Amino acid sequence: MKPHALHKNLYFWLFLIPALFFFINVVIIPFILGIVYSFTNWNGFQFLNSKFIGTYNYKQAFSDKAFLSSMGLTFEYAIITVILVNIIGFFLALLVTRKFKSSHALRAVFFMPNLIGGLLLGFIWQFIFSKFMVFIGQSLKISSLSFNWLNEPNSAFWSLVIVSTWQMAGYVMIIYIAGLQSIPRDVLEAAQIDGANSMQRLRHIVLPLMMPSFTVNLFIVLSNAFKQYDTNLSLTNGGPYGTTQLLAMNIYQTAFSHNNYAVAQAKAVIFFLIIMVVTLLQVHFTSKREVEA
Amino acid sequence: MAGRKKRVAFTVVGWLLSLIVLFPFYIVFINSFKDRQEIFTNQLTFPAHFNFQYYSQAIDKMQFGTAFFNSVVITTISVVFIVMFSSMAAWVLERKKSRISTVIFYIMISTILIPFQSIMIPLVQYMSSWEMDSINFSMIDSRYGLIFMNIGFGLSMAVFLYHGYIKSIPAEIEEAATIDGCNKWRLFTHIVFPNLKPMTATVAILDVISLWNDYLLPSLVLKNPELRTIPLSTFYFFGEFNIQWNLALAGLVLTIIPIVIFYVFAQKYIINGVIAGAIK
Repeated sequence: MKPHALHKNLYFWLFLIPALFFFINVVIIPFILGIVYSFTNWNGFQFLNSKFIGTYNYKQAFSDKAFLSSMGLTFEYAIITVILVNIIGFFLALLVTRKFKSSHALRAVFFMPNLIGGLLLGFIWQFIFSKFMVFIGQSLKISSLSFNWLNEPNSAFWSLVIVSTWQMAGYVMIIYIAGLQSIPRDVLEAAQIDGANSMQRLRHIVLPLMMPSFTVNLFIVLSNAFKQYDTNLSLTNGGPYGTTQLLAMNIYQTAFSHNNYAVAQAKAVIFFLIIMVVTLLQVHFTSKREVEA
Repeated sequence: MAGRKKRVAFTVVGWLLSLIVLFPFYIVFINSFKDRQEIFTNQLTFPAHFNFQYYSQAIDKMQFGTAFFNSVVITTISVVFIVMFSSMAAWVLERKKSRISTVIFYIMISTILIPFQSIMIPLVQYMSSWEMDSINFSMIDSRYGLIFMNIGFGLSMAVFLYHGYIKSIPAEIEEAATIDGCNKWRLFTHIVFPNLKPMTATVAILDVISLWNDYLLPSLVLKNPELRTIPLSTFYFFGEFNIQWNLALAGLVLTIIPIVIFYVFAQKYIINGVIAGAIK
């Protein structure tokens, strides 16, 4: 390389190196190590004496009943949450984009739960589901209502869904609001003049033009739901009896409670592949339906 | 007339829905002042007396001051470095297009898809292998270690956001400054970076929210109770005292207050930041 060219490129690398240094050490190297470790009998500490054992850890992972049921539960949780969050968030957006005095204050209120981390939200709702619900049932003298939601697998699962929906609906609402506001006024007015009623306008104009917002929101909720850990930990801690353990918690427990690091890492790689495939498929299918005004 | 009726209906429906959103906060708040007996008999209405003793106990037991300090230090320093390094990197990646810059950029943004849980186990092991006893250096169980990892995880999203923003700014001003003999560092600090202000606000807000609330990474890195951040100290405090609900609830209210204050003051920026960050 000519000295001149080197000098010209020098600043490129000087500006890039700090970012690359952190990025490579924190993300790239552990990612590659993780894939390598998942094919060995690594004990979680020294790698030096570990041996390659092929796909043994993956076979272990897939024969682990708790892992498979976590996977099923995570899919169920993700699908239900995605649907509920987006339907509610979309209707909240429709509501607060109407012209009335408190619409801006309401946006702020609906969005607020998002700012508080999943861990704190889980604790807040733990009181509601385990104490307040019992209290309400007793006060109303309805014994069938008076039970601790977190003590029963089915209601504990729904508690988790309720908290996530309550948290994320306001987030997707914000993005739907931005989408609704970008729909050109004249298109809607033209449709109105042509005699389309508000339902028809919603179905044939608003919804198709909102597809980019749907793509974004489905992606965000889907990937967040798959990665859910904090609320799972603070609300149910996987209980009762491990029945509400989502994938992220199963991986954590396999590694740090059972010290089964290599199998946990194989599960972690599977986890990565699942999230990648699911979200890429979703983006592929929803963005195909995007249209322009 | 019909328009007005509709507006009233929207307002009523809207505020009813907002009551559902706010209800859990209300319940936690009012019960944090009640003694054991009162929590048992009355959970729905205001307490007979506003008793602040649980708050002072909670502040003491969860070492709220220390945790708050740790959270502020770790969040602030991490965000400053994320903003600095990612804006620098995004600028050269966008303005000096070559095969190598394209490859680096795509590698960075494709890692946004990697869930933290997929790399946390080797990360902790790899970071602890950096330990140097002789100079007391350890990435595990230190604030700088956590900050280092926060920066590493925050960069790719921030580079992505800055990159898109820089692309939308014409390069002519920068070229003119170069002709005038401005060196690259001065060019960046005096002309480019000030122009990125709106995106800097977005990046900073998104990272403040996610780092302030982050639990899993700090829980893996920090072991010493003196180093705990707010989510960590809440977790341990709650585990220890959730039989004493009044105390646990007072602790929760304490941890929510800073977030609510932040929200009240920065609400507009937060909401705009979220929109900009999500839609790119």
